[in-house]
Amino acid sequence: MRPELKNFKPFTMKNLPQYEGFAQGHRACQGCGTVLPLRLALKVLGPNTIAVTSTGCMEIISSPFPYTSWEVPWIHVAFENSATVASGIEAAIKALKRKGKIKSKEKINIVVFAGDGATFDIGLQWLSGALERGHDFVYICLDNEAYMNTGVQRSGATPFGAHTTTSPAGKVIKGQTTWKKNLMGIVVAHNIPYAATANPAFPLDLMNKVKKAALINGPAFIHVFATCPTGWGCKSEDSLLAAKLAVETRVFPLYEVIDGKYIINRKIDKPKPVEEYLKLQRRFRHLTPEQITYIQQRVNEEYEKLIKLAECFGEEKTETKQNQEE
Amino acid sequence: MAKKIAKEVSVAVAEAVAQCNVDVISAYPITPQTHIVEHLAELVNNGELDAEYIPVESEHAAMSACIGAAATGARTFTSTSSQGLLLMYENLYIAPALRLPIVMALVNRSVSAPISIWNDHSDVMSMRDAGWIHTFAENGQEAVDLIYHAYKVAEKTLLPVAVNIDGFILSHVVEPIEFLDQTLVDKYLPPLKMKYKLDPKKPITIGAIGVPEIYTEAKKAQDEALKASYKTIVQAWKDFEKLTGRKYLPVETYQMEDAEVGLVIMGSLAENAMNAVDILRTKGKKVGLVRIRLWRPFPLKDFIKAIGKVKALCVVDRAVSHAATGGPVGIEVRSALYQSNKRPRVLNLIAGLSGRDVTKEDFVEIFEKTFETLAKKPSTPYEIYGVKE
Repeated sequence: MRPELKNFKPFTMKNLPQYEGFAQGHRACQGCGTVLPLRLALKVLGPNTIAVTSTGCMEIISSPFPYTSWEVPWIHVAFENSATVASGIEAAIKALKRKGKIKSKEKINIVVFAGDGATFDIGLQWLSGALERGHDFVYICLDNEAYMNTGVQRSGATPFGAHTTTSPAGKVIKGQTTWKKNLMGIVVAHNIPYAATANPAFPLDLMNKVKKAALINGPAFIHVFATCPTGWGCKSEDSLLAAKLAVETRVFPLYEVIDGKYIINRKIDKPKPVEEYLKLQRRFRHLTPEQITYIQQRVNEEYEKLIKLAECFGEEKTETKQNQEE
Repeated sequence: MAKKIAKEVSVAVAEAVAQCNVDVISAYPITPQTHIVEHLAELVNNGELDAEYIPVESEHAAMSACIGAAATGARTFTSTSSQGLLLMYENLYIAPALRLPIVMALVNRSVSAPISIWNDHSDVMSMRDAGWIHTFAENGQEAVDLIYHAYKVAEKTLLPVAVNIDGFILSHVVEPIEFLDQTLVDKYLPPLKMKYKLDPKKPITIGAIGVPEIYTEAKKAQDEALKASYKTIVQAWKDFEKLTGRKYLPVETYQMEDAEVGLVIMGSLAENAMNAVDILRTKGKKVGLVRIRLWRPFPLKDFIKAIGKVKALCVVDRAVSHAATGGPVGIEVRSALYQSNKRPRVLNLIAGLSGRDVTKEDFVEIFEKTFETLAKKPSTPYEIYGVKE
């Protein structure tokens, strides 16, 4: 157990933070499952936080000058480089504290919010550099599985078979032809102290992971499954249902990797068929029964791999109580 | 006065940066910039400089980290050359627009292809329009002094400054350097205090979207800031002169008082050109030299004054603007002349690409070519000089 997490007190429904770091009136779509985890994360991090956001939906919906949704100091520089901007902020705070130019000794949280394009694709090198150098910051990837801001183009995070405007369901080629990039695997390979997956349909789990990530000294990474009714073609009111089904079908398992040790937060012993998840979304409506069978098989395989990782490199207790929420 | 010490110019530049008590250094190695960042790493790791050194994975990241650090209120430094500068490119526009006082030593090198590590000004000319303040050093002493000056100017104007130092020709030579005493540096350069920065006690939003209704106004404000920086730049040189006795102007002249033919150049080749002026003066030719030290903001009035009453000018560019109406400096000079009533003949030569020597003999020949334009207008807007046929 890492010393930072020794006396960890998880959030419960009774002690949620009152603080809001993200103001109402932003321009996100109805049912946006990306802005919700962002808001929850800021609630946890509190006012003593500096946020960096990559170009993307969360940047444009929050900062049309002269309006801003950000109650914390916030910077947007470019698409790919938020991890490095955060590196600079962290280094500056370190140097300025050491030289007495920042008087407060309290830890300032540095958090990055970046989409899947900014993380899986264009910003992977910047993320890798920042993780390898060991800066003390939290990187939250809000993965809505395509370039939604520019009109739903495929990314390395787009799931197999999904229709996007650059992986259209054509007559010959039916949607995304590749499996989703294993970003967690890449991140974990950097041997950082904390990496986790989270999902807005499991808000307490998500908030506790943000809290842990902030407590950890060194880089912490959270891969958040972020639903997008607009890009996925699901009803706004089904946004969180889709998110929940992604976990219950094993499409997006919830787990943590602390110092290389895998902890499955929510074991899914009786998974729902992936079809239940897929049929909610228009981006999958063209799928053939064969494609669905393939997806089901691959999802099972990937889940089994994860279970094996947890068995080989896990802690004894694989399920934590805090996640008994619906 | 401090005494002169023999130093490699790169090392001297690094020591000047250290004297400026920089907080965050972020850099990626590229020839011929390496000795600067190596020496800074040494100073940090030996405990001689209290700064964070971020050994980033690319130049784009180097500038990204400087942007983050500067936005947090830290004094920052980076250095690069050539391809490294090109990899930084999008950040080069963002740093001045976010009004961040970053200082960069730009060790000028040609741009690929063909790949080449040697000196010209192709790299810096690519960022001409990004909104940085640019100064060009002629020698090692000037490179060092321009570093002190860069921090003073950057932090007063909230604009980034690039100090251009010719790769190898300047960066790798050993010259006698007179450093400022630390007390004088501290006097010249008070601690950085940014009014607007990333501070949880006073949250602000940096890098918001500029919708069409405000983008033009934002750019106008940025443009005014860069234009207005001229006064600060000149004043900072005056303050420097009071401390050191070393005088710097936006445009330097040599033997221009009665010159009929003048040569315009930037950077270290000016020293060879000066030798050529001396040779021709002994032969009774009325020639002179104009060296542009401040490239952005372009010192229009100083330049027009500097050319005196010449009948012909030769602008020696160190970069090509392919199939344009001249090299970058040539275009600038012709445009500047149109703002005045002066109409000398302008010969525009592109010389010294990728470290090709431009000797004093070459400059004598260039002057002779310029004299020829008095009788006959140049037949082309620009010409690449010294091409082997």
